[in-house]
Amino acid sequence: MNQSHRIPGGQIDRTKVLRFTLDGVPYWGHPGDTLASALLANGVRLMGRSFKYHRPRGPLSAGSEEPNALVELRSGGRQEPNTRATVAELLDGLEAKSQNRWPSLRFDALAINDRLNAFFAAGFYYKTFMWPKSFWEKLYEPIIRRAAGLGSVSRQEDPDGYDKGFLHCDLLVIGAGPAGLMAALTAGRAGARVIVADEDFAFGGRLNAESFAVAGGAGADWSAGVVAELATLPNVRLMARTTVLGAFDHGIYSAVERVSDHVAVPAVGKPRQVLWRIYSGRAILAGGATERPIAFENNDRPGIMLAGALRAYANRWGVAVGERVAVFVNNDDGLRTASDLQAKGVDVVAVIDSREGGELLPGIRHLRGAEVIDTSGRLGLKAITVRQSDGRTEEIRVDALGVSGGWNPNVNIHSHHRSRPVWDNTISAFVPGADGPPGLLVAGAAAGVMSTHGALRTGRDAALAALESLGRKAAAIDLPEAEDAPVRITPLWHVAHGKGRAWIDQQNDVTVKDIKLAQQENFTSVEHLKRYTTLGMATDQGKTGNVIGLAVMAELTGRTIPETGTTIYRPPYTPVAMGALAGRSRGREFKPYRLTPSHHWAAEQGAVFVEVGNWLRTQWVPRADETEWRQSVDREVLATRRSVGICDVTTLGKIDIQGTDAGAFLDRVYANTFSTLPVGKCRYGLMLREDGIVFDDGTTARMGEHEYVMTTTTANAVTVFRHLEFCRQCLWPDLDVQLISTTEAWAQFSVAGPNARRLLAKIVDQDISDAAFPYMGAGNVTVCGGLRARLFRISFSGELAFEIAVPTRYGDALLREMLARGAEFDPVVYGTEALGVMRIEKGHVAGGELNGQSTALNMGLGKMVSRKKDSIGMVLSQREGLTDPDGYRLVGVKPVDPLGKLTAGSHFLEIGAASVVANDGGWLTSKVYSPHIGSDIALGYLKAGDRKIGSRMRAVNLVGGTDTEIEIVSPHFFDPDGERLRG
Amino acid sequence: MIIHHPILGPRDAQEFVYLGDATLIDRPDGMNAGTEAFHDYAYNRDNPAGEHRELWYHEQGDRSWLVVTRNTVTHEITKVELARDVARAKGRSK
Repeated sequence: MNQSHRIPGGQIDRTKVLRFTLDGVPYWGHPGDTLASALLANGVRLMGRSFKYHRPRGPLSAGSEEPNALVELRSGGRQEPNTRATVAELLDGLEAKSQNRWPSLRFDALAINDRLNAFFAAGFYYKTFMWPKSFWEKLYEPIIRRAAGLGSVSRQEDPDGYDKGFLHCDLLVIGAGPAGLMAALTAGRAGARVIVADEDFAFGGRLNAESFAVAGGAGADWSAGVVAELATLPNVRLMARTTVLGAFDHGIYSAVERVSDHVAVPAVGKPRQVLWRIYSGRAILAGGATERPIAFENNDRPGIMLAGALRAYANRWGVAVGERVAVFVNNDDGLRTASDLQAKGVDVVAVIDSREGGELLPGIRHLRGAEVIDTSGRLGLKAITVRQSDGRTEEIRVDALGVSGGWNPNVNIHSHHRSRPVWDNTISAFVPGADGPPGLLVAGAAAGVMSTHGALRTGRDAALAALESLGRKAAAIDLPEAEDAPVRITPLWHVAHGKGRAWIDQQNDVTVKDIKLAQQENFTSVEHLKRYTTLGMATDQGKTGNVIGLAVMAELTGRTIPETGTTIYRPPYTPVAMGALAGRSRGREFKPYRLTPSHHWAAEQGAVFVEVGNWLRTQWVPRADETEWRQSVDREVLATRRSVGICDVTTLGKIDIQGTDAGAFLDRVYANTFSTLPVGKCRYGLMLREDGIVFDDGTTARMGEHEYVMTTTTANAVTVFRHLEFCRQCLWPDLDVQLISTTEAWAQFSVAGPNARRLLAKIVDQDISDAAFPYMGAGNVTVCGGLRARLFRISFSGELAFEIAVPTRYGDALLREMLARGAEFDPVVYGTEALGVMRIEKGHVAGGELNGQSTALNMGLGKMVSRKKDSIGMVLSQREGLTDPDGYRLVGVKPVDPLGKLTAGSHFLEIGAASVVANDGGWLTSKVYSPHIGSDIALGYLKAGDRKIGSRMRAVNLVGGTDTEIEIVSPHFFDPDGERLRG
Repeated sequence: MIIHHPILGPRDAQEFVYLGDATLIDRPDGMNAGTEAFHDYAYNRDNPAGEHRELWYHEQGDRSWLVVTRNTVTHEITKVELARDVARAKGRSK
């Protein structure tokens, strides 16, 4: 293919050739081209199919508002669906594929939908797929899902990186057309920190697409000069390829920068895109305006486009979309297309002006009071039918038609805080209303000021106002000379003549008929209209169609356009890749993770790790001959109970609590009493929420008169600390108590089993005999000849056990030292599974029981809630509903047949009772296999469970299909009298 | 959102954890108040469209609890105080 439609001029680099393909067919273009401009230069107008009717489509626009020319770019993991060809920067080797067609773009089998359009009107889904009801899941939904959607995803991992970044500025300028550049120059010269963001790869906005002069030269040359000056200012950051997506609170804006979309593969170390959060003192929206079409019969054929786009292709990209061109306008701006194309030597066959008195252009046939009422050409425009003012119709052969129905200011960003745009009759468009985001000013076409002179002036003035409100001075720059043409428009939204379909929302195939149907069926509010017809719900969010749609609705209902109103504008301004929103939070880096002090040792042993909150904990440590996880866990449990086991418990929360009121403080945050705890002892503590439900538990030690060390569960380490700070600062602000989290500061190991003391005696420098360090003792010691350490004689396993803590950086060494010095005891390192087995054997509550719904009474710990003192949750824990004698109580569960299987989550049912909710007696909260008991065992909450010890029931799991006869037993399966831990 | 911390200046709301209505400072005395009072304290909240005093915790910062006066309609923040000062002003002490 040669570039049959390339004409001289434009901002492309003709010295370089870029080769690319569409559906495997090779084409070529130049740097500066978009995919759309290059295809048009190659004579390709057909680029896609519409969503519902599979109508052949070409580009409607030359910008980000594009509804039609959506393609898949690239292949493999970099494949990207629904990319607008009108903004995709051409690069060498680019592979593009058309979408929503089968088998080919030129012949699409589902184009049959177009013939059946009578059945596919608005509300089609709601009316058609309602009955028979059973057909929905099996028949309708699968068919609809197969037909739905435009592009496809590759289902491969995206090989590129995405980043998130933060920027700060005095002034954010959104859009780098004449208004934005003038604002940036004014603020930049004044020394303010300025960020200029524009979605395009070239700054200048419409100046790149227009032929008129600024400061006596080409508009694009003026903007290039300004950009060159801005680039020299260290206080100005120019961000091309950067779309501001939304306005958030307090001057914060989000933006996506397409850092590497214009190259085949990102440079090493460069992200594909960056999602920026921009903190601004003030912002100026200079986002320009978007042209809107006029609806008429068959107005969606390839070759029919917005008049402004038609001349943008000619002026910026040196492309004549057609050889014989007509222009259909209701305003003066569209006439520029005719004169620009004529000046470029393109045959402008006719100007069809719906107005009676539009300006005449010399040398062009100008039909006043005329309308385009139909078109022909299956895969591209061949002719238009024009109805003249006297009623005569005429077919005119053209291969391109520019349509201009006026311009809509891009009010989106200004409306993100629900500010409603207001109607401006002089330009027949919505302009920004009151109550926009605080600190956001609007300039240029976005403010409804449509001339170049007006843009330059309001851009400068907005910058001056913004800086003044920030307390900065700036000099007013002289305005360059530029056109100041008024807007002359006589609204025409849709052509009444013609019986066929006239498109409003081209991507979602919403036609004037659909609006009429919605009105007939009383969906007249704009929000209903949108959802009933899907107007504006496509990837382009109705940037070209919405205002026409609501104008048609206004006409049908006899209301004015402002009375009809607009739907709510929401971020993002244009579609954003999911990768950019995810940033680095994917795969292993989805969230941060923390390694325990024993992690490296465990990894060397081939340990299996489990995520516990952010922590990676050792789950079990398999030995070479073990093929099943249970073999490892059973061995770890038995070895611990037989001799000694070591477990890294660093992840438990540790909070140092100091001050003369520390004891009083603990009495108020724990349900039980701590002020009476002797120095050098620890005690199990139960913490409630104010509503009386158990919040957390742990052991707290008194290390000195005014010094306690609290431990929390791993899961609640953060929330308990937050809660304690709340109590300290908000409830009892004058208590003398200080808190600090020391979870990261201490590496802590549990050493449990009959040989625990003998092993630790080889480590700890002091006497740790039962007399010197009795059960529940706590104190500061030294290890290995002088390293400071903390020792607690506490047990979660039911064994004689200690927890020993050393500064974190010694944790790895301590573990290795314990294993080496204690080798004669054959110590085992056990993981969270063995920990869980031993705590369930011992009947200690943990995650499954501390479920945020259970009280101390439920756990069999009701007596721990002291009523002699005020504590968080004390009062509400005594509520009637929480003290029901028939309420849930913690019980132990064993299968009657030792080979019987238990499943956590199973429900208690009486023998013979039907498996229905009414007979539900509670549920199994935690289950393990106990090598000590020789069967599965479980804990559970059973209604009136304390009175059912010894009885037989069933544990039923309807999901897993199990129904096991069980015996209700005490939750203390192992050493119920605690002889071992006191040993 | 940006919260102007009384000690640390403007900070991004992401550094904070939100708790809710600042009436949580007004905890009744458990030895004197009954279930009714605690029920109100724990569960009953106004839900104003407009000015709202609420508790925020600077978890990724200096661990201050703050009372932020925020308009729930516009998100405008008109006042930020240390919760400890607010609690003392309400007569809370030990």
